[in-house]
Formats: sequence, structure tokens, C-alpha cells
Amino acid sequence: MRPDLAAIAAAVPRGARVLDIGCGDGALLAYLRDTKGVDARGIDVSAANVAGAVARGLSVMQGDADADLADYPDDAFDMAILSDTLQAMQRPAPVLLELLRIARRAVVSFPNFGHWRVRASLAVGGRMPVTKTLPVSWHETPNIHFCTIDDFRALVAELGLAIESAAFLSRGTRRPSAGANLFAEQAVFVLRRDQARQH
Amino acid sequence: MLASAATDNRFGLDRRAILPGPFALVGGQSLSALEIGYETYGTLAPDGGNAILICHALTMDQHVASLHPRTGKPGWWTRLVGAGLPIDPARHFIICANVLGGCAGSTGPGSIDPATGDRYGMAFPVITIRDMVNAQAALLDHLGVARLAAVIGGSMGGMQALDWAVAHPDRVRSVVAIASAARHSAQNIAFHEVGRQAIMADPDWAGGNYAPAKPPAAGLAVARMAAHITYLSEAGLTERFGRRLQNRKTAKDNKGGFGFDAEFQVESYLRHQGLAFVERFDANSYLYITRAMDYFDLAAPHDGVLAHAFAGTKARFALVSFTSDWLYPTAESRRIVRALNAAGAAVSFVELESPFGHDAFLLDAPEMNRVVDGFLRAGETA
Repeated sequence: MRPDLAAIAAAVPRGARVLDIGCGDGALLAYLRDTKGVDARGIDVSAANVAGAVARGLSVMQGDADADLADYPDDAFDMAILSDTLQAMQRPAPVLLELLRIARRAVVSFPNFGHWRVRASLAVGGRMPVTKTLPVSWHETPNIHFCTIDDFRALVAELGLAIESAAFLSRGTRRPSAGANLFAEQAVFVLRRDQARQH
Repeated sequence: MLASAATDNRFGLDRRAILPGPFALVGGQSLSALEIGYETYGTLAPDGGNAILICHALTMDQHVASLHPRTGKPGWWTRLVGAGLPIDPARHFIICANVLGGCAGSTGPGSIDPATGDRYGMAFPVITIRDMVNAQAALLDHLGVARLAAVIGGSMGGMQALDWAVAHPDRVRSVVAIASAARHSAQNIAFHEVGRQAIMADPDWAGGNYAPAKPPAAGLAVARMAAHITYLSEAGLTERFGRRLQNRKTAKDNKGGFGFDAEFQVESYLRHQGLAFVERFDANSYLYITRAMDYFDLAAPHDGVLAHAFAGTKARFALVSFTSDWLYPTAESRRIVRALNAAGAAVSFVELESPFGHDAFLLDAPEMNRVVDGFLRAGETA
């Protein structure tokens, strides 16, 4: 299993009601269902992915997080998963708020645009980076809203959400929080509503 | 209820059941008895857990996977139902019944009204999708099927499948609704009304009291022609017929002048569809079934809130729509999915690419089969 998916899976409690937004062909959901007995639901934009996920026996709907999360009632899930998808959202901030409306917690993973190789590519090469975690050229990529780890922390604070835990990955292995904005390729955050700021 | 299909004449192809009434209808009237034409395939498992009800569309019948006794054509869903297919008689006990109001063996306007000894004609009570579903439930009682592993249908069959979850929530575990809707739109009703008016304008209709040998064939054929257009996409029609002419090589060739014969290939095709339909369908049944579809609106008893119709449902749902279906477009399926999500139901939904319009669900659709197969298998292991 991909290290970022393993980090996400580790954050999901046994038997939880889970919604995976941008679930692809349902690999992670099927893993969570089989190993943790979760009630697994998913959303993906691609018909082929949805067909594949349904063929795995998952409840998955073709849809778009930017538009379709509004249909779910408050607290419909224990955990919402946004795996490597935030940067492809039209409006990332409202999506994060929606995640924590329909679920008590959210796991959000994204590629860190603050990684030194990305910075070097821009600073030295003067070109948008094409790296292992960001393999597609700027004009082809579905990723329209890149951010760094520090950008994400700032947005979370601005939205009044709380960070429960975070994991940082570089070349498939965990690395410490210190210097993550420069040295982590990927980040996995577990968010919750900030109790102090709840009405 | 473990009698084998070989010894129990309730099971098998081309069956008839006469169920004692009274059978109460949503409209307030009742039928003194219910006759249902149906077929079963496969064997009911000892625990009764493998029963699948297939609901047919407007002009189909119970011959879902067997040769049609009148036309000799293969069953209408042999791409989905059969050996090695997602719905397989080797694994499933499959039931398909002619709808109430139909003309293939079930009670309908062509049946004899016991009160008069004559055909009902337009004296037949107006029926609803719920009445069709309740008639199927009565048949399941007769067959000893307490609970369905799945109910599945396309188009009007999908409406019945959805209504099953609402009307008999304890009797259905999984629902598959393909190319369907939870209500008839103004446009849907409008097209149906064109068809009904065509039938009623035919002098042979005679207020519905036509002799079986002299049906309103012209009116019914026009109704079918209008409806058939709604089952196809514009791109599909263009690709298949374009502006091609029937008996001339080019549009410049005007030997013989101009006229109103079926000059364009698409005209000839539609006329053929109309004529073939008259051979196998009853005009009054067409009126009653289209009317039932027009009245269908699952949200109506809930002040228009569709989610409330599904409140508390324990069933799993799978919905499939097709990109070029403008009769029951993707937006209608999405509306149902939204309501099911709001009701907390387990729902899968996919819009599949197809150029074939509404009819896509009856054609070769490998992705549809894949989705249905995965969905049904997941329900079997759950």
C-alpha cells in the first residue's frame, strides 16, 4: 500500500462511517472495509473509476466534491477522506468546511508545494516543477490549487478548524514535523472542528 | 416452499397465476381478482435469499430472457440475464411479471370485467406504479418469496424498483434503477399525451370498446412512432439514418417527383416500428400504463421532499444513467441519489457514456453489466 494511503488508513478508527472523496477505483475504501470493518462510501468524478469501485462491492457515486457534498446531512460520517485531491478542487476552503460539516473528522493529504525540489525547480530552472509526486505538466495537471504545508496550516486556522495530528512523508517514509515544509513531499493531516470556536 | 421447479407448476416459463381478491388500488377502487402472467428462472434457495425481481418497461413483458411466444424474438434483457451474466439462473431465482394493466397475461383493460362479462375497456380503473408493485408483491406471496435480494428495472421498471423500496421496505435488500426517474416531468407527460391522443383520435378506438380483431392500429402506431423518437438520441438517429433517402441514390435524383411516401429512411424505420408494435401491444393497455407513469412522483406524498420518501430505508441502491438519454436524463438520477444520500442510504451511482439514448439500457453495455454484477455480488456476501 502506498505510504500516504497507509498513513490515512492509520487515522481511521475501526467500524467508522467513512466517506472517501475522490476515491478512485476504491482501493483504499476496500482496504478499510476489509481490515477495519468501516461503512465505506465514496465519490469520484470518473465513470470508469466508479464502475470499478462498485464492482468491488463499494457504495460509490459519480460526483464532484465541489458540488455534491452539500447533499449529505450534518454528521453523516465519522471520517471524511480527501486523499491527494484538495489541490484539484475548484474551491478548497468551502470543501474543507463541508468535510467537517458532514463528518466529525477529516483526513486530508496533499503534495507539498514547499518541498525543496519544487522550490529549486522554480528558483533555479524557472519552470513549474515536474516531480515524482507532481508528474504532470502545468497545462495538463488537474491540480489547480497547490499549497505548501504552511499554507495549509494557515488556511486551517483561518477556517477555525483544528489539527488533531499530522504525518509527513518523504520518499515513502515518515519524517519529523520539524522542517516538514521544506523536506516533506506529502502531508497527511487529521482535522476536526475546533470545539472552542463552535457555537 | 421448497417444491422444485420440476414438480411445482408455479415455477417456470410463461406461467399464469390467479390470485383471489379483492385487490385494493391506490385510486380507491378494487379488483375482485388478480391474474398475473409471469416467468421464473432458476431455483429459490432454501433460505429464500436469492430471489431477484425484474421489472419491465412500458412496452415489455414477462419474457425477459425467453423467446417471446408471439413474436419469436429473444427476451428483452438477454444481455443482462442468463448463464454467466450478472443475473444468472444458476445463482438467482429470477421473477419477471407482466405489469398490472398490461396485455401479456396480467389483468388489464383487455381482461373480462366479472361485473359485466365484457371487456373492461375504459371501465378499467386507472392504475398507478404503486398498484403494479403491489400486484408483484401479491405474486411473491403466491410464490413463497418473503424477501427480495434485489429488485431491478430500467425506465418504468426502474420506477417500480424505486417504489418497491418505498412501498415494501422490509421486503427488498437491494434496488437497481437504470435510466429511470422518481417522477414524470412535464416533457415526459407531454410525449405520452401525444401518444394517447393519437390512439383516441383513431375512429377504430371507439371509446375503448374496439373488437380485438379491429384495434385502433393507426393511432397506436403513431403513438409508438412518437414514443420511439424519445428512446433514441439525435446523434444516434443522425448516425443511423441521416437524411438518407429510401429509394433514391442522391438528394439530387428527383425522378418520380416528390411525395409523402416514406421517402427518408428514418420515416420508413419509424413506420415499421409502429406497425410491428401494433402486432404485439394493446391500445388500451398503452393508455393505462402511460397514465400510471405520468402519475408517478415518489416525492408527492412528502410535500415534494424526495429524501422523506426514502427515510429510514435499509436497502442498498444502485442507479445508472446514460449520457445521451434525454427521456430520463442524468439529472433525474442525480436527484434520486441526492435524496438517498440525504436519507443516509447506501447508494452507488454512475453515468455511463453511450450514444444510444434511453434505449442504451437494453443494448450491449459492458460497464452497466460490470456495475450491476459488482453491486449484486456485494449484496450477496453482505
